[in-house]
Amino acid sequence: MFLDNMGRRLLQGNEAIVYGALAAGCRFFAGYPITPASEISELFSRLLPQTDGTFIQMEDEIASIGAVVGASLAGAKGMTATSGPGFSLMQENLGFACVAEVPCVIVNVMRGGPSTGLPTCPSQGDVQMARWGTHGDHPIVVLAVSSVRDCFSLIIKAFNISEKYRVPVIVLSDEIVAHTRECVVLPSKEEIYVVDRIKPSVPPEWYHPYEADRREVPPMVAFGEGYRHHVTGLIHDERGYPTQNSKEIEAFHRRLTRKITLGFQEIQMTSGYFLDDAEILVIAYGSVARSALSAVQSLRDRGFKIGLVQLITLFPFPRSVVSPLLEKCRAVLVPEMNMGQISREVQRVNRTDCRVVKYNRVDGRFITPKELIKSLLKI
Amino acid sequence: MRISVEQIRRKYLRHDKKFPHVWCPGCGNGIVMGALLRAIDGLSLPKDEVVLASGIGCSGRMPTYLDFNTLHTTHGRALTFATGIKLAKPSLNVIAIMGDGDASAIGGNHFIHAARRNLNLTAIIINNSIYGMTGGQYSPTTPFGSKSTTSVHGHIEQAFSIAELAVTSGAGFVARSTVYHAELMAHLIEMAIEKVGFSVVEVISNCHVQYGRRNQLGGAVEMLQSYKDNAVTVKRATSLTEEELEGKITIGVLADREMPISTEEYEKVRQRAKERGGNVGC
Ligand SMILES: Cc1ncc(C[n+]2csc(CCOP(=O)(O)OP(=O)(O)O)c2C)c(N)n1
Ligand code: SF4
Repeated sequence: MFLDNMGRRLLQGNEAIVYGALAAGCRFFAGYPITPASEISELFSRLLPQTDGTFIQMEDEIASIGAVVGASLAGAKGMTATSGPGFSLMQENLGFACVAEVPCVIVNVMRGGPSTGLPTCPSQGDVQMARWGTHGDHPIVVLAVSSVRDCFSLIIKAFNISEKYRVPVIVLSDEIVAHTRECVVLPSKEEIYVVDRIKPSVPPEWYHPYEADRREVPPMVAFGEGYRHHVTGLIHDERGYPTQNSKEIEAFHRRLTRKITLGFQEIQMTSGYFLDDAEILVIAYGSVARSALSAVQSLRDRGFKIGLVQLITLFPFPRSVVSPLLEKCRAVLVPEMNMGQISREVQRVNRTDCRVVKYNRVDGRFITPKELIKSLLKI
Repeated sequence: MRISVEQIRRKYLRHDKKFPHVWCPGCGNGIVMGALLRAIDGLSLPKDEVVLASGIGCSGRMPTYLDFNTLHTTHGRALTFATGIKLAKPSLNVIAIMGDGDASAIGGNHFIHAARRNLNLTAIIINNSIYGMTGGQYSPTTPFGSKSTTSVHGHIEQAFSIAELAVTSGAGFVARSTVYHAELMAHLIEMAIEKVGFSVVEVISNCHVQYGRRNQLGGAVEMLQSYKDNAVTVKRATSLTEEELEGKITIGVLADREMPISTEEYEKVRQRAKERGGNVGC
């Protein structure tokens, strides 16, 4: 099959997401058309039937994520892809996936918002929404892609984290990454590390669907495998039944948060460039991280002690990487295509007098290396 | 001989579940649950191969009590989850349980598209003409002129006929019963589960607590009596005029037809895609 050896290819970010997902074992996709995410649906509709997987175009995004969660409960790895307006519609069922601990991946190819907003200009306006969009305290993992190659490998990581921790993973892309075509060399099947959800080791009579293991993650069994059990969006006890018992409610909430906290080393991903002696730092993510790298490189060439942290995981915010670096630096620039949704996280974890400087574009235009150099020189 | 109530309790209720249930005494939901279990038993479906998916409402609590693969989704969305389950594992018998608000207000879009798509699913809609769980607000099936907590001066909108909506939306099998006609209901649910295609059973049910009480319809017994008095079979309904049908409940099979089934058609898509083969991307 084509997945066995994908080799060197000219791909768009959206297409790389599909190939990566298939390599990760995704066999179910449900979606609703929206620019700039539609190519993901289109390519899945062509490739999934070849892999004995299933593609379906649902009546809206609420239905799309509902179907993905259903498919996951039946044992399939599933995902959906959308942009801001559709992502807004998905929030309630996303919360269901958080509370019922159903693995699934949601790609949001961000465009300018709010509402119908700016179709189809790039934006990073949905960052805080990805973290807090669904109501109530909940665990969630948010990753950001910055290049076509990233799209391929990060979607695999998204599935792996989602399966391992039983948590929905949001992958934020943006219009630039989605539509840029780049030549990429894709790994062979043997080089790809794929994680599947852990199954119970006990017989059905002993199985409690929400009894966690040492990692605070309950083993998961699919419907129809002989372990009849109940799944609900209500707060539930270890047996999956709704509870009003305050002890059980508290234990439930704490475990949901703890399972992600415990996995922080694996979940919180960043890339560092020129950090050893950096006095000034840039923290960037998504397509902006590429402009930032180019700006940092050319300032390094001119002798400035400047470094870059690219955030691959936005949430849980990689505090353990960022905080110590802030202690060593005099100032940090956080360029974003929004009004400052990650800079507030940087401020939150900043315990020193390192100056946090925001650089924001909300005019539907991309942040270029040139403008970053200019604003870095001012610092 | 059909299975007895005692046998049903032993065989299908969850014994590790914290009873009592949430339903008011006399609520029609219990009768629907009994009919569903008799239908499943009549068909000898293995418990491991049955999935019950519900939305939110009094009706939505039903799966919690039953020993199958059970899923209590979000308000109105049971059919979307059911669609994913069925597509991922077509061998499972997937049955969705919904209230009238659940299926025809917030979930109305999913309902008509599930019918149009004709996936092999069964949908049971408990139509009690009101939002029971939230305390008696009007729903899309509340009759014109009725009182509810959000229409104290009389309801001014027309009611949906859920079964007829399913027929026009393209469902393969559509039937209606009332909770008075419990035997018929079990039989219709059996037919619906057996039918390959999207099948709908609408059950007219009593919420005497939130609906009956406010509209001087009496308690559970009086409401069931009125279902008995006002029901006409589909066959008899054809010989009645529109005036004569006013206030009547048509019961029986409203549609039973053969149409392409999504999962079967998708299997053909897979074959075609594999024959074309190769890497069709980029
Ligand atoms: C998105 C959303 N909106 C509103 C509610 C509140 N709510 C819970 S049940 C319900 C209505 C239930 O009525 P119906 O579907 O007719 O079922 P019944 O309770 O009568 O069985 C509503 C509006 C909710 N849970 N979720
Ligand atoms: S409120 Fe109505 S529908 Fe809900 S349990 Fe009571 S009688 Fe039944």
